[in-house]
Amino acid sequence: MLRFIVFAPLLTALLILFGSPARWTALIGSGLTALATLVAFFRYDAGAGGFQFVRSWTISESWRLHFLLGADGLTLVMLILAALVLLCAVWFTPPIEKSERLFYACLLLLASGAIGAFASLDLFFFYAFHELALIPTFLLIGIWGTGNRYAAAWKVTIYLALGSFVLLLGLLLLYRSVPVASRSFDLRVLQSLGHAGAIAPAAQNTIFLLLLIGFGVLVSLFPFHSWAPEAYASAPAPAAMLHAGVLKKFGLYGLLRIAMPLLPEGARHWSWLLLVLLSGNIIYVGLVTIAQKRLDWMLGYSSVMHMGYIFLGIASANLIGMNGAAVLMFAHGISIALLFALAGEIRRRTGTLVFSDLGGLAKIMPFAGFAFGVATFAAIGLPGFANFAAEVMVFFGAFRVGADLQGLHFFQVTTVLALWGVVISAVYMLRAYRMIFMGAPNEKWNILPDLAQTLRLPVILLIAATLTIGCFPNTALRVLRPTFAPSVAQSTR
Amino acid sequence: MIPTPALEIIVLVWGLILLLAEAFTPKIDKRVFAFAGIFGLAAVLLGSFFLAPGAPIASTGFWSFYTADPLAIFFKRFALVTTIFVLIMAIDYAPTIRMGVPGAEPHAGLGEFFALPIFTCAGLMWMASAIDFVMIFVSLELVTMSFYVLVTFTRRNPATLEAGVKYLILSALSTGFLVYGITWIFGVTGETNLARIGLALTTNDFDQVPLLFGLLLVLVALGFKIAAVPFQIWVPDVYQGAPTPVTAFLSVGSKAAGFVVLLRVLTPFLILPQVGKVLVAMAALTLLYGNFAALPQTNLKRLLAYSSIAHAGYLLVGVASFSGTAVAFYLVGYLLMTLLCFAVLIVVAAHGGEQIENYAGLAKRSPFLAGAMLVGMLSLAGVPFTAGFLGKFYVFDAAVQQRQTVLLVIGVITVGCGFYYYLKVVRAMFWLEPPNDSPTIRVSVLSRGAMILLIAGIFVFGVYPQPILRALEARPATSTAATR
Repeated sequence: MLRFIVFAPLLTALLILFGSPARWTALIGSGLTALATLVAFFRYDAGAGGFQFVRSWTISESWRLHFLLGADGLTLVMLILAALVLLCAVWFTPPIEKSERLFYACLLLLASGAIGAFASLDLFFFYAFHELALIPTFLLIGIWGTGNRYAAAWKVTIYLALGSFVLLLGLLLLYRSVPVASRSFDLRVLQSLGHAGAIAPAAQNTIFLLLLIGFGVLVSLFPFHSWAPEAYASAPAPAAMLHAGVLKKFGLYGLLRIAMPLLPEGARHWSWLLLVLLSGNIIYVGLVTIAQKRLDWMLGYSSVMHMGYIFLGIASANLIGMNGAAVLMFAHGISIALLFALAGEIRRRTGTLVFSDLGGLAKIMPFAGFAFGVATFAAIGLPGFANFAAEVMVFFGAFRVGADLQGLHFFQVTTVLALWGVVISAVYMLRAYRMIFMGAPNEKWNILPDLAQTLRLPVILLIAATLTIGCFPNTALRVLRPTFAPSVAQSTR
Repeated sequence: MIPTPALEIIVLVWGLILLLAEAFTPKIDKRVFAFAGIFGLAAVLLGSFFLAPGAPIASTGFWSFYTADPLAIFFKRFALVTTIFVLIMAIDYAPTIRMGVPGAEPHAGLGEFFALPIFTCAGLMWMASAIDFVMIFVSLELVTMSFYVLVTFTRRNPATLEAGVKYLILSALSTGFLVYGITWIFGVTGETNLARIGLALTTNDFDQVPLLFGLLLVLVALGFKIAAVPFQIWVPDVYQGAPTPVTAFLSVGSKAAGFVVLLRVLTPFLILPQVGKVLVAMAALTLLYGNFAALPQTNLKRLLAYSSIAHAGYLLVGVASFSGTAVAFYLVGYLLMTLLCFAVLIVVAAHGGEQIENYAGLAKRSPFLAGAMLVGMLSLAGVPFTAGFLGKFYVFDAAVQQRQTVLLVIGVITVGCGFYYYLKVVRAMFWLEPPNDSPTIRVSVLSRGAMILLIAGIFVFGVYPQPILRALEARPATSTAATR
């Protein structure tokens, strides 16, 4: 099952490079991948919990290195997100004039990097798959980007390369910090060692800091966020959808999967730092977002800002907060992908995304206006959408930490600030909606076509996904709960 | 079962036969000799898998200066593979050589160009087995002498002559340092055999200052061979000026042999604490210089020269972390990716030039070459699933194990630099449009096959390192300390 999910996009990319018709192959490949993730999701036995569908191939005896695939609830949620966004990104790809094959291959490689990283239970491949996605990003932005694309491509590539090598150091230290007899890259082995307290607290502090910085750069944690808005503004829409929606979640996934359960002491030690930085994400970047004058930059900054909420959920380190963080990763991935897709469609028609040039588009493109409105509400976190369910959980989880201390704890201050952040995001999202879709329509846009009929299906798919989780969060929580329960029980002991 | 020393002898005899045959057949197409050389070396490579077990290290006689341990056999194969690929490149490069050599015959001079690398190969193979300073010196000289000729081979080209002179003078100087250092070490310990030097160092109480002085002189000479800072001054000019196959040979074969000798020489001296500090300083400087100086380069050959300094830095991190296996593994990745880049460089240079701007739009002009160069560059930069990444991973792991914090911090920064200058080439190939008058590029079947082999090697060893690790296992007792 997982083998298929991991290798299908990779094989599709190869097929396209070797001459198969690009668009149809990509659509079929990503569609099959998405179906397979759904099948895996429903076949997962939540009662048993733990990692299922495990497959292992030995790579190196002397390093105890295995190519190890496996999935638990968190993995499955991320895989569904990745496959769904990939399918929609491929669907939303407009006709490409130069090197169409390479474009689709890059898109699929980007996604297979993310999918492979999510499905790997081995630190080495977990890391390697993610970095594989770096080069397609470089090519996608550099060849097919818009605006200041060269600078953006350089910045994102070098930033992320540096971040991932910091991460690599952290992972190597982690590998070296457990007793020799049980040294392994296997996440399951490391998890049981972490629960047994085999990693010394002093070592945990160093490793956690390295992982926090490494993963933080990849997720655009304040103040390492400056690559993100620029890259997303310049990237072609499908690439921005995949990168902002899926690939960026890798860092958060790593924190949830590796840093928090394995290094509880380190997490406690650095929680103040994480809280300060994520407040920067929410408040500082939030205010910066309000000041943006172009939709693509605004969306880029907003995606940086929303990372703050996910970080908050992770930092709370309790069951409800971590569950919230996981659901929010999914919810944000869906909403930002939809927003970038629509922004790409608008740019394709008008050639500009500057707010003051647009206006009144809802009359001209009613379906796009409707879809953008829904995505806006989802991004703000109105009830009914997945973002609402997730943010509520995050806030409850974070506010509860330190509540028994009778007084305003650091966590509660941050939660209050984060709640005000919701107002900030409402301000910029609604303002963007007003300036683009409401008001007097500009004469020259009167002839713009609405979203093509075929493109309405992926929009509806994405909206359906966010509504499903929003109204029935238990679909996701059913599989997520057994994922976090053991590690939380451990850290609250 | 073949006795190990026979390998070098076969290579040497084959080289002599080719050289003589070449002298008596002035009329034929000289590329025959390249094919003959490739064939002979491939046969020896095959033979190296059917070796009789080598004798243990003896106190006197042949086995006191020649060893057949796994490391030696590993690097013999390494030298053979390198030379085979260099000869394949040389065939493609033949037209350029013909232009650079004065002579009436259409094939004048080509025969020697194909025969000399075989002698270099024999020297490299002896270096891999040398465990006595005398043996090290002699085999090193065999390598260097043949390189003197090869570097200046296209002697009508002033840049090549300049490169040749620089290489000759500086190399001769470094040889002087080596001999002088050896005499100091011999003067203190009374031994030239590395194992006995180690034994003498642990049992007797020596004055450390003259010993360290001697070792420092030896390190200068070896630093020259592996292009470590501050002995790297010659590298950019010589690499750029020399015929490209020779540059590839220098940057892979010569460097690898230098590292083997470095590992062997350092083994007995590791009980001296100062040695580690010198190595750390050398590694740090080499990393910084190589990577930062590569940033502004616009000529690909020169860029690869700086990149070879940079990689010497990563290799030195492995040496400073006492991990011979990491160094050996890194060298394998380095061999594959460097040869691949040079092979593409030769083909593209024949249709344009060596500047990075000549690569503009290569993805459209020749998707195969662009793909090959992409793989090479990504591997050099250290992107996962390539041998280059696994090498870096291994070296960094060794450094983490030894808590080399300074080197790790510098390493992370320089990897970032690497991404910039290697991706500059990728940028030219994929982002930029080809110039309008650009000719189509044809790749010969042989080169195409060689490139596909190298690409396959990069991916296979990038995912499945076990064959190399197994070949390096089963250490003999003498080199355990350095190659743990």
